[in-house]
Amino acid sequence: MSVILLLIPLSVLIAAAFLAAFIWAVRSGQYEDTCTPSMRLLTEERQPKGQSKNFIQNQNER
Amino acid sequence: MTEFQSIAGDASAVLEPNLTVQKAAPQVHCFHCGTRCQGTSFSKQERTFCCHGCLTVFELLAENGLTEFYSLDQNAGVRVSTRFSPDKFAYLDEPNVRERIVQYSDEKLTRVTFRLPAIHCIACVWLLENLFRFKSGIGQTQVNFLRKEASIIFETGRVKLSEIVSLLASLGYEPDLKLADLDSRAQQKATATPRKLWLQIGVAGFAFGNNMLFSIAVYLGLDAVHGPAMQKLVGYISMLLAVPVLLYSAQDYFRLAWTGLKHRLLTIEVPIAAGILVIFAQSTYEVLSGRGEGYFDSFAGLLFFLLCGRLFQQKTYSRLAFDRDFKSFFPLAVARVFEGAEEHVSLSQLDVGDRLLIRNGELVPADAVLVSGYGLIDYSFVTGEAEPVRKDLGDYIYAGGRQVGSAIAVQTTRQVSQSYLTSLWNQDVFTKPATASLDTLINRYSQRFTKIIIVVALGSALYWSFVRPSVAIKALTSVLIVACPCALALAAPFTMGTALRVLGRRNIFLKNAETIERLAQVDSIVFDKTGTLTAAGAESVRFEGKDLSKQESGWIHATARHSTHPFSVQIAEITETSASDEARSFVEVPGCGVEANISGRDVLLGSAEWIKSKIGAIPESVPARGSIVHVAMDGQYRGAFVLVNALRRNVEELVPQLSSYEISLLSGDNEKERPLFEELLGADADLKFNQSPATKLSYVRSLQQSGRKVAMIGDGLNDAGALKQSDVGVAVVEKVGAFSPASDIIISAAMIPKLGSLLRFSKGAVRIVRMSFLLSAVYNVVGIAIAAQGKLAPIVCAILMPLSSISVVAFACVATSWWGNRAGLSRADSQINLS
Repeated sequence: MSVILLLIPLSVLIAAAFLAAFIWAVRSGQYEDTCTPSMRLLTEERQPKGQSKNFIQNQNER
Repeated sequence: MTEFQSIAGDASAVLEPNLTVQKAAPQVHCFHCGTRCQGTSFSKQERTFCCHGCLTVFELLAENGLTEFYSLDQNAGVRVSTRFSPDKFAYLDEPNVRERIVQYSDEKLTRVTFRLPAIHCIACVWLLENLFRFKSGIGQTQVNFLRKEASIIFETGRVKLSEIVSLLASLGYEPDLKLADLDSRAQQKATATPRKLWLQIGVAGFAFGNNMLFSIAVYLGLDAVHGPAMQKLVGYISMLLAVPVLLYSAQDYFRLAWTGLKHRLLTIEVPIAAGILVIFAQSTYEVLSGRGEGYFDSFAGLLFFLLCGRLFQQKTYSRLAFDRDFKSFFPLAVARVFEGAEEHVSLSQLDVGDRLLIRNGELVPADAVLVSGYGLIDYSFVTGEAEPVRKDLGDYIYAGGRQVGSAIAVQTTRQVSQSYLTSLWNQDVFTKPATASLDTLINRYSQRFTKIIIVVALGSALYWSFVRPSVAIKALTSVLIVACPCALALAAPFTMGTALRVLGRRNIFLKNAETIERLAQVDSIVFDKTGTLTAAGAESVRFEGKDLSKQESGWIHATARHSTHPFSVQIAEITETSASDEARSFVEVPGCGVEANISGRDVLLGSAEWIKSKIGAIPESVPARGSIVHVAMDGQYRGAFVLVNALRRNVEELVPQLSSYEISLLSGDNEKERPLFEELLGADADLKFNQSPATKLSYVRSLQQSGRKVAMIGDGLNDAGALKQSDVGVAVVEKVGAFSPASDIIISAAMIPKLGSLLRFSKGAVRIVRMSFLLSAVYNVVGIAIAAQGKLAPIVCAILMPLSSISVVAFACVATSWWGNRAGLSRADSQINLS
């Protein structure tokens, strides 16, 4: 059972990695607006005919 | 639903005009915006629309293949109510204006964020994010629904800023440009702050969760199996995890406490910061000396819940607090000249470049240029300087100036800033002596509160350290954390803010929150007669004397139209316009009459005494019921207008509601109407006729000297002094922009029957604030009592504290809204047409 003395610091490291991921998520602005993305989800099926991407999205894909 | 085939390829082709315009069938609703079609309706291909604006938007959507819009939400469309000329937004392309509004711009792309108050549903989000389909060159649009904002990226060279705004306006989403102009830097700042709070919560939550997991090992007695090594490990690791919490997550509390202390103020953050330090210090001591593993799990949990509470508070407050949309708060109507016709519009409908007609006594609502007439501007509202300033054609007139004399036409050069006008209204010059009792209550207790908390905390710690030392630290920190004086700071602003908003929606506008308190203390009401209790009816004006020729009628009209007195307005309405008659000079003497020189003729309209004083004797006045306005031309008596003003509807209902107040009536008119008002107001009421502005003022003063708190209700024209002298001055406006800065409340004439409700409401609002204080006091006393006994864990306190402040605030807001309904101010009661 003394392996627990190794496991605890290891698990702290893993948890720290998740904390780092959270910090990255907040920094990249994902928590700015928590309401509108849920609305966008509902409209995903209803795209009009014609181009579905604007020129900026097209540019990014090239 | 049928999809419309767009004409192949060419997005700018016009759809076939299969339009039918017909009288609207009853109960038919517009396909686009959902409002009931009144008057005429427009039908096209089995769809009916309430107006041309809605039809146009529908066609625009159909052309671009976006009719899916209508299946996303019911009546998703926004009604485009204001017409606008093509170059209305041209000024946005000016380099210095454009620079202030856009957030980023280079040769290729530009990014701009607009606030679109019309965003209200999921269809709006969808439509706006598909904006690029309407015009090539527009790129990505991102909508933030809660803030009602849209960020648009477009190609700098291909699309002009004004074109984007035009497009948005034509769809019904006209941007709020005033705020965009002022706030674009401030907006960017505001987005950064919640981010830090999220990070702080993340760090605290991380430490909290992991420390709790380690503590389980200890609680379950694993240290007994493995001896002190386990305890030591857990102790040191939890300390390690707690350090970033102390240094990062707790930053704001330390910073605010320190700033407070530097200024010798005991803010609420002081006891919290002290509590945090105590727990951390004690736990560190325990770990380093080997006594135990410390309370780092409680420590991290404490901060986690405190910060969560703060985040929750921020979100709740921004929903409950005063709207950023101040549009409806400055209650003036202005006469705008559009395509030759005059129309009365509210300030929120004005734009740059509008041509306004400003009459005697009316306010110039925005910076403007004089385009016709003789300007004599009184800037007392802005600078306190009573001497009017002459302005010639082309001269600049600042917002807040009032015209004295004949009517002028001005063209606005800037947007109306209602917050600016409201701030002028709130200047010291117009402030009444402070009687606010709520403020003193707050000040008395907030200073003492924190001191009491610290004394109780230290006292209980001291007590327990003798009786049972293990509880001492717990008691100390619990008391420090559980105490919440937030109600003291928040109850009054939130109650009053909600109250002002409730009233604003019912078209009753208060200058500031103290007015509510003063209203609650009023015990005596003084009414003005003309224009307040009585109103004009179209059939009630007739002329006594030899019939007026068309020319004479035109002269009288040209004189009367410069004044905003109810009598003048009525006379102007029944006399004919004569375009060639220009007033060369115009003077209005309050309480007496008006005098003008029209095409060489001297025309006087006024009371008997005044006309007598001007031209000598006049024939015996006709013993008819009603008010009499005598007419004299070129020194000769010409006749008189008899105006029978009827009582406003529902005034009879008003009087019983005011039974607990002393009522008086002051009128500049003659005694003839006494029996009518005696019957209306009751035998106890004090009725005084033939009052001049000076006697009205001294009457109010004498009432106050006898210890009464007086509310005066008038139209602000010839009772401005009395309005200012009274404890609460209520100005009644009807389609005019005559503004009396000495008033505290402005209501539209149609809302006069609601006065009883207003008074009841204000009393209730003050009561609600007191109840909020009581609620908070109970919470604090109970909480501290339990905490001092050492029975509350600090973590529980951290949850209770934000809960208490939110509950007090929520109570204040909800109770105020509910009370508004109870007092008779609900939407359903205000069916009255206010135009």
